[in-house]
Amino acid sequence: MAGHAQAEVSKEVLWGGGQSPFGVTYGKMMMWYFLVSDALTFGGLLIAYAFWRAAAVDAWPIGEQVFRALPGLEGEYPLMYVALMTFILIVSSVTMVLAVEAGHRNDRSGVLKWLGLTIVGGFFFLGSQAWEWSHFIHGSGGFFNLAEQVTVTDPDGGTITMNAGDRVYMDHHFGHLMEMHLHDPVGVPMTTEGGHVILTELGDHPHEAHLHGLKVNKYVENETLVEGDEMMALWNARSESFSFGAPIPGLGADWGGINHSEYATQQGYSNFFFFITGFHGFHVFSGVIINIVVFFMVLNRVMERRKHYEMVEKVGLYWHFVDLVWVFVFTFFYLI
Amino acid sequence: MERDDLIVNDSYALNAHHSEEQGIAIRKKIYMVTVILSVITAIEVGMGVMFKRSETFTWTAIKWTFIVLTLFKAGYIVMTFMHLGDERKNLRNAVIVPYFVFIAYLIFIAITEGLAHYDLDLLFH
Repeated sequence: MAGHAQAEVSKEVLWGGGQSPFGVTYGKMMMWYFLVSDALTFGGLLIAYAFWRAAAVDAWPIGEQVFRALPGLEGEYPLMYVALMTFILIVSSVTMVLAVEAGHRNDRSGVLKWLGLTIVGGFFFLGSQAWEWSHFIHGSGGFFNLAEQVTVTDPDGGTITMNAGDRVYMDHHFGHLMEMHLHDPVGVPMTTEGGHVILTELGDHPHEAHLHGLKVNKYVENETLVEGDEMMALWNARSESFSFGAPIPGLGADWGGINHSEYATQQGYSNFFFFITGFHGFHVFSGVIINIVVFFMVLNRVMERRKHYEMVEKVGLYWHFVDLVWVFVFTFFYLI
Repeated sequence: MERDDLIVNDSYALNAHHSEEQGIAIRKKIYMVTVILSVITAIEVGMGVMFKRSETFTWTAIKWTFIVLTLFKAGYIVMTFMHLGDERKNLRNAVIVPYFVFIAYLIFIAITEGLAHYDLDLLFH
């Protein structure tokens, strides 16, 4: 096949100098070596995740229960969003390989068309990942029942007493509630409505709002009471919000009904999730940038002067590698 | 020093271009692989939604199915999209063999040590 060296050459000639034994240019060979080293990095990260998971004594988050939200929709759609992301990346990989193929035919407009679509696909993927990260960092609403009576200060200086069994609603982000545990109690903005206490929007400085000594025995999402394993799975899903913080001392005592050491252990899950998808996202980002550079090189007819489109092939290798990594991240984070 | 990206030499095959007919054949292969990758992904997602994680033999089988399907996908991406399958055998081996030697060892040692750590942790849990 032209473009790929297949000509049979005798070994003496092949390794005797003046030839490329691999039948590729220096640049393409080095791209392959770079990809091997990069693949070792990603392999090392995923294997570190495997170690952490094999060593984890407590419950491990369940993929299809963690990843089940879709933007702008209520309810549960397990794995649908990540399936969409995977599909976007596969499609952008296909457009890339079509750009490489057009390059082999010296089809400049074909290269521009497919490379342009690849860049668009890359931006779609990055946007999807931004939404997913945002979703996990902020969490979503819900309410829980209090395990014991608690008195808190409202913004007007008065006090509100909540009894055991009362529902506490979070009208905004669950993550803010956790942040409240990190600080001394000085009061939390809240209102009462129909016998229920509602934690209201915590404003621009959620760290300044505090609620101490709150005990929870049941966590409720979408009006469905969950307990036991289900609750643990939900909690694990939510606990991703706090991957950047240090383990919170005494957290377990504040969250009755939840194994207190579980959160500390599972922080590894969110750490690895954000690190590996982040590192991958960084590769996608740099891939998009390089694609844009090559797009403009093609636009300026640089490849025509060189009489070959090998640069498109080299960035193509990098782009496919990004897709390749995602295939493994998808399996080991979302499926298994 | 000579810039090898400017060398027009048969050993690099830079000046060899595909004809339209070759292009049609290659595109056909690309679309076929696209369909295969999409179908495998759809199967994986379907299985992920359908089966719950557990300690049973069934789950172990499902887990290995995921891994095998993933390796199939990876193989198609590397061999067709990155067309490593069309390169000379020595380049193919120089890329794949060292990688798998390292990774196989790392997987073995990480899982072994992880499980040992797990046993130790259980003792003091």
